[in-house]
Amino acid sequence: MAFLNEDIAIVGVGTTDFAAQYKERDPSRTSYSLGIDALKQALDDSGLELSDIDGLLCSRMPSYERIGDLVNLRHVRVVNGYEGSGRMAGVVIQHAAALIAAGLATTVACIYGNNGRSAAMTYGGAGAGTPDHLYYDLAYGMTSPGAYVGMMYQRYASIYGAPDGALAPLAISNRKNAALNPIAVMKEQITEEEYLAARYIADPLRLYDYCMINDGGAAIIVTTKERAKNLKKRPVLISASASSGDLTNFYTKPDFFDEASRFVADKVYAQSGLTPDQMDCVQIYDNFTPIMLFSLESFGFAPRGEGWQWIRDGRIELNGEMPINTSGGHTAEGYMQGWALQIEAVRQLRGEAGARQVSDCEIAQYICVSPIVTSHILRRG
Amino acid sequence: MTTEYTKPFPPITDLNRPYFEAGAEGVIKLQSCNSCGNIWFPAAEHCPRCLEQDYEWKPMSGRATLWSWVVMHQVYFKSFKDDVPYVVAFVQLEEGPFMMSTVTGVDREALKRDMPLRATFVPAKEGSWLPVFEPAA
Repeated sequence: MAFLNEDIAIVGVGTTDFAAQYKERDPSRTSYSLGIDALKQALDDSGLELSDIDGLLCSRMPSYERIGDLVNLRHVRVVNGYEGSGRMAGVVIQHAAALIAAGLATTVACIYGNNGRSAAMTYGGAGAGTPDHLYYDLAYGMTSPGAYVGMMYQRYASIYGAPDGALAPLAISNRKNAALNPIAVMKEQITEEEYLAARYIADPLRLYDYCMINDGGAAIIVTTKERAKNLKKRPVLISASASSGDLTNFYTKPDFFDEASRFVADKVYAQSGLTPDQMDCVQIYDNFTPIMLFSLESFGFAPRGEGWQWIRDGRIELNGEMPINTSGGHTAEGYMQGWALQIEAVRQLRGEAGARQVSDCEIAQYICVSPIVTSHILRRG
Repeated sequence: MTTEYTKPFPPITDLNRPYFEAGAEGVIKLQSCNSCGNIWFPAAEHCPRCLEQDYEWKPMSGRATLWSWVVMHQVYFKSFKDDVPYVVAFVQLEEGPFMMSTVTGVDREALKRDMPLRATFVPAKEGSWLPVFEPAA
Protein backbone atom coordinates (compact mmCIF):
# COMPACT_ATOMS: atom_id res chain seq x y z
CA MET A 1 0.00 0.00 0.00
CA ALA A 2 1.65 3.20 -1.12
CA PHE A 3 1.38 6.39 0.90
CA LEU A 4 -1.87 8.06 -0.22
CA ASN A 5 -1.80 5.70 -3.23
CA GLU A 6 1.06 7.75 -4.72
CA ASP A 7 -1.53 10.39 -5.56
CA ILE A 8 0.67 13.24 -4.40
CA ALA A 9 3.65 14.59 -6.32
CA ILE A 10 6.46 17.08 -5.99
CA VAL A 11 6.37 19.23 -9.11
CA GLY A 12 8.66 22.17 -8.44
CA VAL A 13 11.84 22.76 -6.47
CA GLY A 14 14.06 25.77 -6.00
CA THR A 15 17.25 26.60 -4.16
CA THR A 16 19.29 29.77 -3.92
CA ASP A 17 23.03 29.85 -4.67
CA PHE A 18 24.43 28.85 -1.28
CA ALA A 19 28.05 29.24 -2.44
CA ALA A 20 27.53 32.80 -3.65
CA GLN A 21 25.64 33.72 -0.49
CA TYR A 22 28.38 32.28 1.69
CA LYS A 23 31.03 34.54 0.19
CA GLU A 24 29.66 37.67 1.76
CA ARG A 25 27.59 38.30 4.80
CA ASP A 26 24.82 40.77 4.12
CA PRO A 27 23.01 42.12 7.17
CA SER A 28 20.18 43.34 4.97
CA ARG A 29 19.54 39.83 3.59
CA THR A 30 16.35 38.49 5.17
CA SER A 31 15.07 34.98 5.48
CA TYR A 32 12.01 36.18 3.58
CA SER A 33 13.96 37.30 0.53
CA LEU A 34 15.88 34.01 0.46
CA GLY A 35 12.69 31.99 0.73
CA ILE A 36 11.00 34.05 -1.97
CA ASP A 37 13.98 33.66 -4.34
CA ALA A 38 13.65 29.92 -3.92
CA LEU A 39 9.88 30.05 -4.43
CA LYS A 40 10.33 31.94 -7.67
CA GLN A 41 12.69 29.25 -8.90
CA ALA A 42 10.31 26.50 -7.85
CA LEU A 43 7.45 28.16 -9.71
CA ASP A 44 9.60 28.51 -12.85
CA ASP A 45 10.70 24.92 -12.43
CA SER A 46 7.12 23.64 -12.26
CA GLY A 47 5.49 25.94 -14.79
CA LEU A 48 2.96 27.02 -12.17
CA GLU A 49 1.91 30.61 -11.49
CA LEU A 50 1.56 32.17 -8.08
CA SER A 51 -2.19 32.19 -8.64
CA ASP A 52 -2.14 28.37 -8.81
CA ILE A 53 -0.92 28.15 -5.22
CA ASP A 54 -3.66 27.59 -2.65
CA GLY A 55 -1.58 26.41 0.29
CA LEU A 56 1.38 27.98 2.06
CA LEU A 57 3.54 26.19 4.59
CA CYS A 58 6.69 27.93 5.70
CA SER A 59 9.53 27.36 8.11
CA ARG A 60 12.19 29.50 9.70
CA MET A 61 10.81 32.76 8.38
CA PRO A 62 9.35 34.57 11.37
CA SER A 63 5.83 35.21 10.08
CA TYR A 64 3.63 33.35 7.61
CA GLU A 65 1.45 36.43 7.49
CA ARG A 66 4.39 38.52 6.32
CA ILE A 67 5.24 35.95 3.66
CA GLY A 68 1.63 35.87 2.48
CA ASP A 69 1.75 39.59 2.02
CA LEU A 70 5.17 39.58 0.34
CA VAL A 71 4.14 37.06 -2.31
CA ASN A 72 0.56 38.22 -2.60
CA LEU A 73 -0.94 34.95 -1.42
CA ARG A 74 -3.63 36.37 0.83
CA HIS A 75 -6.39 33.82 0.52
CA VAL A 76 -4.61 30.49 0.56
CA ARG A 77 -6.77 27.64 1.84
CA VAL A 78 -4.19 26.14 4.14
CA VAL A 79 -1.45 28.10 5.84
CA ASN A 80 0.98 27.51 8.67
CA GLY A 81 4.36 28.57 9.96
CA TYR A 82 6.61 25.83 11.31
CA GLU A 83 9.44 26.41 13.76
CA GLY A 84 12.84 26.87 12.14
CA SER A 85 14.28 23.53 13.20
CA GLY A 86 15.64 20.95 10.80
CA ARG A 87 13.29 18.24 11.95
CA MET A 88 10.47 20.25 10.33
CA ALA A 89 11.73 19.85 6.74
CA GLY A 90 10.28 16.37 6.38
CA VAL A 91 7.25 17.22 8.50
CA VAL A 92 6.26 20.11 6.23
CA ILE A 93 6.36 18.01 3.05
CA GLN A 94 4.46 15.21 4.76
CA HIS A 95 1.81 17.64 5.99
CA ALA A 96 1.50 19.24 2.57
CA ALA A 97 0.82 15.82 1.07
CA ALA A 98 -1.69 14.93 3.78
CA LEU A 99 -3.53 18.24 3.47
CA ILE A 100 -3.78 17.85 -0.29
CA ALA A 101 -4.98 14.26 0.07
CA ALA A 102 -7.63 15.48 2.52
CA GLY A 103 -8.87 17.96 -0.05
CA LEU A 104 -8.04 21.06 1.95
CA ALA A 105 -5.79 22.42 -0.79
CA THR A 106 -4.58 21.40 -4.24
CA THR A 107 -1.17 22.98 -4.69
CA VAL A 108 0.93 23.81 -1.67
CA ALA A 109 4.07 25.93 -1.68
CA CYS A 110 6.50 24.90 1.06
CA ILE A 111 9.07 27.60 1.69
CA TYR A 112 12.19 27.89 3.82
CA GLY A 113 14.46 30.89 4.28
CA ASN A 114 17.56 31.04 6.48
CA ASN A 115 19.79 34.08 6.91
CA GLY A 116 21.60 32.58 9.90
CA ARG A 117 25.11 33.41 8.71
CA SER A 118 24.35 37.02 7.90
CA ALA A 119 22.48 37.38 11.17
CA ALA A 120 25.48 35.81 12.99
CA MET A 121 23.31 33.26 14.75
CA THR A 122 24.78 30.35 16.68
CA TYR A 123 23.52 26.98 17.81
CA GLY A 124 24.49 26.91 21.46
CA GLY A 125 24.76 29.42 24.25
CA ALA A 126 21.91 31.16 26.01
CA GLY A 127 20.05 34.39 25.72
CA ALA A 128 16.71 36.02 26.22
CA GLY A 129 14.01 33.46 25.64
CA THR A 130 16.07 30.40 26.59
CA PRO A 131 13.53 28.14 28.32
CA ASP A 132 14.09 27.49 32.02
CA HIS A 133 14.41 23.73 31.62
CA LEU A 134 17.50 24.09 29.40
CA TYR A 135 19.34 25.87 32.22
CA TYR A 136 19.74 22.59 34.07
CA ASP A 137 22.21 21.67 31.30
CA LEU A 138 23.59 25.16 30.66
CA ALA A 139 24.68 25.34 34.30
CA TYR A 140 27.34 22.74 33.45
CA GLY A 141 28.33 24.45 30.22
CA MET A 142 26.31 21.91 28.21
CA THR A 143 24.85 23.38 25.05
CA SER A 144 24.53 22.90 21.28
CA PRO A 145 22.93 19.91 19.54
CA GLY A 146 26.38 18.71 18.42
CA ALA A 147 27.48 18.12 22.00
CA TYR A 148 24.34 16.08 22.70
CA VAL A 149 25.10 14.00 19.61
CA GLY A 150 28.73 13.73 20.75
CA MET A 151 27.45 12.11 23.96
CA MET A 152 25.70 9.42 21.92
CA TYR A 153 28.71 8.87 19.68
CA GLN A 154 31.11 8.51 22.63
CA ARG A 155 28.97 5.68 23.93
CA TYR A 156 28.41 4.16 20.49
CA ALA A 157 32.14 4.12 19.77
CA SER A 158 32.85 2.53 23.13
CA ILE A 159 30.23 -0.21 22.76
CA TYR A 160 30.93 -1.06 19.13
CA GLY A 161 34.67 -0.45 19.04
CA ALA A 162 34.68 2.37 16.49
CA PRO A 163 38.20 3.83 16.46
CA ASP A 164 39.18 7.48 16.28
CA GLY A 165 38.61 8.61 12.71
CA ALA A 166 35.72 6.21 12.10
CA LEU A 167 33.54 9.17 11.09
CA ALA A 168 36.06 10.56 8.61
CA PRO A 169 34.68 8.74 5.53
CA LEU A 170 31.35 10.54 6.03
CA ALA A 171 32.93 13.99 6.08
CA ILE A 172 35.26 13.12 3.18
CA SER A 173 32.48 11.69 1.00
CA ASN A 174 30.32 14.77 1.54
CA ARG A 175 33.17 17.00 0.37
CA LYS A 176 33.73 14.87 -2.74
CA ASN A 177 30.08 15.22 -3.70
CA ALA A 178 30.08 18.94 -2.97
CA ALA A 179 32.89 19.42 -5.49
CA LEU A 180 30.42 18.36 -8.19
CA ASN A 181 27.64 20.64 -6.97
CA PRO A 182 27.86 24.24 -8.25
CA ILE A 183 25.90 25.70 -5.34
CA ALA A 184 27.76 23.82 -2.59
CA VAL A 185 29.56 25.99 -0.06
CA MET A 186 32.51 23.76 0.91
CA LYS A 187 34.04 22.21 -2.18
CA GLU A 188 37.61 21.85 -0.91
CA GLN A 189 38.60 18.22 -0.45
CA ILE A 190 39.78 16.91 2.90
CA THR A 191 41.91 13.89 3.76
CA GLU A 192 41.64 11.64 6.78
CA GLU A 193 44.76 13.33 8.18
CA GLU A 194 43.15 16.74 7.83
CA TYR A 195 39.96 15.43 9.39
CA LEU A 196 41.92 14.14 12.39
CA ALA A 197 44.01 17.30 12.67
CA ALA A 198 40.97 19.58 12.88
CA ARG A 199 40.08 21.01 16.26
CA TYR A 200 37.62 19.38 18.59
CA ILE A 201 34.34 21.17 19.16
CA ALA A 202 32.89 18.68 21.66
CA ASP A 203 35.31 15.73 21.84
CA PRO A 204 34.73 13.10 20.35
CA LEU A 205 33.40 15.35 17.55
CA ARG A 206 35.65 17.58 15.48
CA LEU A 207 35.06 20.51 13.20
CA TYR A 208 34.32 18.39 10.11
CA ASP A 209 31.66 16.41 11.94
CA TYR A 210 29.58 19.56 12.18
CA CYS A 211 27.18 21.13 9.74
CA MET A 212 27.87 24.72 8.83
CA ILE A 213 25.82 27.86 9.29
CA ASN A 214 25.03 29.50 5.97
CA ASP A 215 22.39 31.59 4.25
CA GLY A 216 19.97 30.23 1.71
CA GLY A 217 16.43 29.52 0.66
CA ALA A 218 14.63 26.40 -0.51
CA ALA A 219 11.14 25.81 -1.84
CA ILE A 220 9.16 22.72 -2.78
CA ILE A 221 5.78 22.70 -4.53
CA VAL A 222 3.49 19.76 -3.85
CA THR A 223 0.27 18.96 -5.71
CA THR A 224 -1.90 16.09 -6.90
CA LYS A 225 -0.65 13.56 -9.42
CA GLU A 226 -3.57 14.63 -11.57
CA ARG A 227 -2.58 18.28 -11.51
CA ALA A 228 1.05 17.28 -12.12
CA LYS A 229 0.22 15.75 -15.51
CA ASN A 230 0.22 19.00 -17.43
CA LEU A 231 3.18 20.62 -15.77
CA LYS A 232 6.66 21.27 -17.02
CA LYS A 233 8.66 18.50 -15.40
CA ARG A 234 8.21 14.84 -14.86
CA PRO A 235 6.58 14.52 -11.42
CA VAL A 236 8.23 12.90 -8.44
CA LEU A 237 5.73 10.77 -6.55
CA ILE A 238 5.63 10.44 -2.78
CA SER A 239 5.55 6.65 -2.40
CA ALA A 240 5.91 6.63 1.35
CA SER A 241 6.14 9.03 4.25
CA ALA A 242 6.04 8.50 7.98
CA SER A 243 7.16 10.12 11.20
CA SER A 244 7.59 9.47 14.88
CA GLY A 245 8.41 11.69 17.81
CA ASP A 246 11.20 10.93 20.25
CA LEU A 247 10.44 13.64 22.75
CA THR A 248 12.47 13.87 25.93
CA ASN A 249 14.32 16.56 27.81
CA PHE A 250 17.58 15.72 26.03
CA TYR A 251 18.68 15.50 22.39
CA THR A 252 20.86 12.67 23.68
CA LYS A 253 18.64 9.57 23.38
CA PRO A 254 19.65 6.42 25.27
CA ASP A 255 18.77 4.25 22.23
CA PHE A 256 20.31 6.59 19.63
CA PHE A 257 16.75 7.28 18.33
CA ASP A 258 16.41 3.61 17.41
CA GLU A 259 12.85 2.89 18.53
CA ALA A 260 11.39 5.93 16.76
CA SER A 261 13.54 5.33 13.69
CA ARG A 262 12.59 1.68 13.36
CA PHE A 263 8.91 2.59 13.59
CA VAL A 264 9.33 5.04 10.71
CA ALA A 265 11.47 2.61 8.72
CA ASP A 266 8.89 -0.17 9.05
CA LYS A 267 6.16 2.21 7.90
CA VAL A 268 7.90 3.60 4.82
CA TYR A 269 9.16 0.23 3.64
CA ALA A 270 5.71 -1.29 4.13
CA GLN A 271 3.99 1.60 2.32
CA SER A 272 6.34 1.47 -0.63
CA GLY A 273 6.87 -2.28 -0.74
CA LEU A 274 10.57 -1.58 -1.05
CA THR A 275 13.64 -2.45 0.97
CA PRO A 276 16.72 -0.39 1.77
CA ASP A 277 18.88 -2.12 -0.84
CA GLN A 278 16.45 -1.01 -3.55
CA MET A 279 17.18 2.69 -3.01
CA ASP A 280 19.21 4.32 -5.76
CA CYS A 281 20.40 7.03 -3.39
CA VAL A 282 19.68 8.16 0.15
CA GLN A 283 19.69 11.68 1.49
CA ILE A 284 20.34 11.59 5.23
CA TYR A 285 19.91 14.49 7.62
CA ASP A 286 23.50 15.01 8.76
CA ASN A 287 23.53 17.85 11.24
CA PHE A 288 26.44 15.90 12.75
CA THR A 289 28.14 12.89 11.17
CA PRO A 290 27.21 10.28 13.84
CA ILE A 291 23.53 10.78 12.99
CA MET A 292 24.28 9.21 9.60
CA LEU A 293 25.45 6.03 11.31
CA PHE A 294 22.39 5.90 13.57
CA SER A 295 20.18 6.47 10.51
CA LEU A 296 21.82 3.77 8.41
CA GLU A 297 21.59 1.24 11.22
CA SER A 298 18.04 1.91 12.39
CA PHE A 299 16.70 2.03 8.84
CA GLY A 300 18.26 -1.34 8.07
CA PHE A 301 21.05 -0.40 5.68
CA ALA A 302 23.73 -1.60 8.09
CA PRO A 303 23.58 -3.93 11.11
CA ARG A 304 23.48 -2.25 14.54
CA GLY A 305 26.97 -1.26 15.57
CA GLU A 306 28.48 -1.86 12.14
CA GLY A 307 27.52 1.35 10.38
CA TRP A 308 31.02 2.77 10.87
CA GLN A 309 32.44 -0.20 8.97
CA TRP A 310 29.66 -0.27 6.38
CA ILE A 311 30.40 3.31 5.22
CA ARG A 312 34.07 2.62 4.49
CA ASP A 313 35.82 1.87 1.20
CA GLY A 314 33.65 4.07 -0.95
CA ARG A 315 30.34 2.28 -0.46
CA ILE A 316 28.48 5.56 0.14
CA GLU A 317 30.28 7.59 -2.50
CA LEU A 318 28.76 8.61 -5.79
CA ASN A 319 29.90 5.53 -7.67
CA GLY A 320 29.50 3.25 -4.70
CA GLU A 321 26.87 0.68 -3.91
CA MET A 322 24.67 3.19 -2.02
CA PRO A 323 25.32 6.87 -2.78
CA ILE A 324 24.52 9.03 0.22
CA ASN A 325 24.13 12.79 0.42
CA THR A 326 24.97 13.26 -3.23
CA SER A 327 24.83 17.07 -2.99
CA GLY A 328 27.42 17.20 -0.22
CA GLY A 329 24.91 17.24 2.61
CA HIS A 330 24.90 19.55 5.56
CA THR A 331 28.63 19.45 6.15
CA ALA A 332 29.56 20.48 2.60
CA GLU A 333 26.65 21.69 0.44
CA GLY A 334 25.09 23.85 3.13
CA TYR A 335 22.84 23.57 6.14
CA MET A 336 19.37 24.10 4.78
CA GLN A 337 18.13 21.87 7.60
CA GLY A 338 16.90 19.01 5.46
CA TRP A 339 15.17 21.11 2.81
CA ALA A 340 17.94 20.95 0.23
CA LEU A 341 18.43 17.23 0.87
CA GLN A 342 14.82 16.59 -0.14
CA ILE A 343 15.36 18.78 -3.21
CA GLU A 344 18.51 16.83 -4.08
CA ALA A 345 16.44 13.64 -4.04
CA VAL A 346 14.01 15.24 -6.52
CA ARG A 347 16.83 16.42 -8.79
CA GLN A 348 18.44 12.98 -8.79
CA LEU A 349 15.12 11.37 -9.70
CA ARG A 350 14.64 13.80 -12.56
CA GLY A 351 18.17 13.28 -13.86
CA GLU A 352 19.03 16.92 -13.21
CA ALA A 353 21.99 16.45 -10.90
CA GLY A 354 24.66 17.20 -13.50
CA ALA A 355 28.14 15.91 -12.72
CA ARG A 356 26.91 14.20 -9.54
CA GLN A 357 24.02 12.37 -11.22
CA VAL A 358 23.45 8.82 -10.00
CA SER A 359 22.86 6.73 -13.09
CA ASP A 360 19.31 5.57 -13.68
CA CYS A 361 18.01 6.93 -10.40
CA GLU A 362 14.40 5.84 -9.93
CA ILE A 363 13.93 5.61 -6.17
CA ALA A 364 15.35 7.85 -3.48
CA GLN A 365 14.87 8.04 0.25
CA TYR A 366 15.04 10.98 2.65
CA ILE A 367 15.78 10.19 6.29
CA CYS A 368 15.84 12.62 9.19
CA VAL A 369 16.71 11.13 12.56
CA SER A 370 16.00 13.76 15.20
CA PRO A 371 13.41 14.33 17.94
CA ILE A 372 10.90 14.08 15.11
CA VAL A 373 12.08 11.23 12.93
CA THR A 374 10.75 11.49 9.38
CA SER A 375 11.37 9.64 6.16
CA HIS A 376 9.97 9.70 2.64
CA ILE A 377 10.50 7.38 -0.26
CA LEU A 378 10.24 9.24 -3.55
CA ARG A 379 9.79 7.64 -6.96
CA ARG A 380 10.31 8.93 -10.46
CA GLY A 381 6.79 9.42 -11.87
CA MET B 1 33.78 37.63 50.32
CA THR B 2 31.04 37.37 47.75
CA THR B 3 31.72 37.08 44.08
CA GLU B 4 29.11 37.36 41.40
CA TYR B 5 28.02 34.00 39.97
CA THR B 6 28.53 34.39 36.24
CA LYS B 7 27.70 30.97 34.84
CA PRO B 8 24.29 30.23 33.35
CA PHE B 9 21.83 29.29 36.03
CA PRO B 10 18.08 28.73 36.06
CA PRO B 11 15.79 31.29 37.61
CA ILE B 12 14.89 29.88 41.03
CA THR B 13 11.15 29.48 41.42
CA ASP B 14 8.87 27.94 44.02
CA LEU B 15 8.70 24.93 41.73
CA ASN B 16 12.42 24.20 41.43
CA ARG B 17 13.76 25.63 44.73
CA PRO B 18 13.72 22.29 46.60
CA TYR B 19 16.00 20.77 43.94
CA PHE B 20 18.58 23.54 44.04
CA GLU B 21 18.58 23.91 47.84
CA ALA B 22 18.82 20.18 48.60
CA GLY B 23 22.58 20.27 48.06
CA ALA B 24 22.90 22.01 51.44
CA GLU B 25 21.74 18.73 52.98
CA GLY B 26 24.07 16.75 50.74
CA VAL B 27 21.33 15.02 48.77
CA ILE B 28 19.65 15.15 45.39
CA LYS B 29 15.93 15.59 45.84
CA LEU B 30 13.51 14.88 43.01
CA GLN B 31 9.76 15.03 42.77
CA SER B 32 8.02 11.75 43.50
CA CYS B 33 4.38 11.25 42.61
CA ASN B 34 2.13 10.36 45.53
CA SER B 35 -0.39 8.92 43.12
CA CYS B 36 1.70 6.56 40.96
CA GLY B 37 5.20 6.57 42.48
CA ASN B 38 6.91 8.00 39.39
CA ILE B 39 10.10 10.05 39.89
CA TRP B 40 11.03 12.71 37.37
CA PHE B 41 13.59 15.35 36.44
CA PRO B 42 13.71 18.28 35.78
CA ALA B 43 11.05 19.90 37.92
CA ALA B 44 7.55 19.99 36.47
CA GLU B 45 4.13 20.80 37.84
CA HIS B 46 2.54 17.52 36.82
CA CYS B 47 3.67 13.95 37.05
CA PRO B 48 4.54 13.13 33.42
CA ARG B 49 3.19 9.60 33.84
CA CYS B 50 -0.23 10.11 35.45
CA LEU B 51 -0.60 13.92 35.16
CA GLU B 52 -1.44 14.29 38.85
CA GLN B 53 -0.04 17.29 40.73
CA ASP B 54 0.28 15.49 44.03
CA TYR B 55 3.99 15.00 44.66
CA GLU B 56 6.64 15.36 47.30
CA TRP B 57 10.37 16.00 47.10
CA LYS B 58 12.20 12.85 48.07
CA PRO B 59 15.93 12.32 48.62
CA MET B 60 17.65 10.10 46.07
CA SER B 61 20.48 7.70 46.86
CA GLY B 62 23.07 9.81 45.04
CA ARG B 63 24.23 6.70 43.21
CA ALA B 64 24.45 6.96 39.43
CA THR B 65 26.25 5.57 36.42
CA LEU B 66 28.10 7.40 33.67
CA TRP B 67 26.06 6.93 30.47
CA SER B 68 28.45 9.05 28.41
CA TRP B 69 30.37 12.31 28.30
CA VAL B 70 31.93 14.91 26.03
CA VAL B 71 34.91 17.15 26.52
CA MET B 72 33.79 20.62 25.55
CA HIS B 73 36.42 22.59 23.65
CA GLN B 74 34.28 25.26 22.07
CA VAL B 75 33.72 28.40 24.14
CA TYR B 76 29.98 28.98 24.04
CA PHE B 77 29.92 31.11 27.19
CA LYS B 78 32.40 33.72 28.37
CA SER B 79 31.90 32.34 31.87
CA PHE B 80 33.35 28.98 30.78
CA LYS B 81 36.29 30.48 28.85
CA ASP B 82 38.80 29.56 31.55
CA ASP B 83 37.33 26.08 31.97
CA VAL B 84 37.79 24.67 28.45
CA PRO B 85 38.35 21.86 27.81
CA TYR B 86 35.85 20.66 30.41
CA VAL B 87 33.89 17.46 30.92
CA VAL B 88 30.12 17.33 30.64
CA ALA B 89 28.63 14.02 31.70
CA PHE B 90 25.26 12.42 31.01
CA VAL B 91 24.49 10.32 34.04
CA GLN B 92 21.64 8.04 34.99
CA LEU B 93 20.53 8.11 38.60
CA GLU B 94 19.93 4.80 40.30
CA GLU B 95 16.25 5.79 40.53
CA GLY B 96 16.01 6.12 36.72
CA PRO B 97 16.12 9.75 35.59
CA PHE B 98 18.96 11.02 33.41
CA MET B 99 20.68 14.33 34.02
CA MET B 100 23.52 16.41 32.66
CA SER B 101 26.33 17.08 35.10
CA THR B 102 30.08 16.71 35.30
CA VAL B 103 32.53 14.28 36.85
CA THR B 104 35.18 15.58 39.20
CA GLY B 105 38.14 14.01 40.95
CA VAL B 106 39.27 11.88 38.04
CA ASP B 107 41.38 12.40 34.91
CA ARG B 108 39.17 12.46 31.89
CA GLU B 109 41.23 9.66 30.34
CA ALA B 110 40.02 7.49 33.22
CA LEU B 111 36.33 7.99 32.45
CA LYS B 112 34.64 4.73 31.55
CA ARG B 113 31.23 3.96 30.14
CA ASP B 114 28.83 2.85 32.89
CA MET B 115 31.30 3.56 35.68
CA PRO B 116 29.60 3.95 39.07
CA LEU B 117 29.39 7.48 40.42
CA ARG B 118 28.18 9.21 43.53
CA ALA B 119 26.81 12.70 43.90
CA THR B 120 28.59 15.52 45.62
CA PHE B 121 27.66 19.19 45.58
CA VAL B 122 29.18 22.52 44.66
CA PRO B 123 27.81 25.88 45.71
CA ALA B 124 26.19 27.86 42.90
CA LYS B 125 24.13 31.00 42.74
CA GLU B 126 22.66 32.56 45.92
CA GLY B 127 22.26 29.62 48.24
CA SER B 128 21.76 27.12 45.45
CA TRP B 129 23.82 24.00 44.87
CA LEU B 130 24.65 21.95 41.81
CA PRO B 131 25.09 18.20 41.98
CA VAL B 132 28.30 16.93 40.41
CA PHE B 133 29.60 13.39 40.45
CA GLU B 134 32.77 11.60 41.44
CA PRO B 135 33.77 8.00 40.97
CA ALA B 136 32.16 5.77 43.58
CA ALA B 137 34.81 4.14 45.73
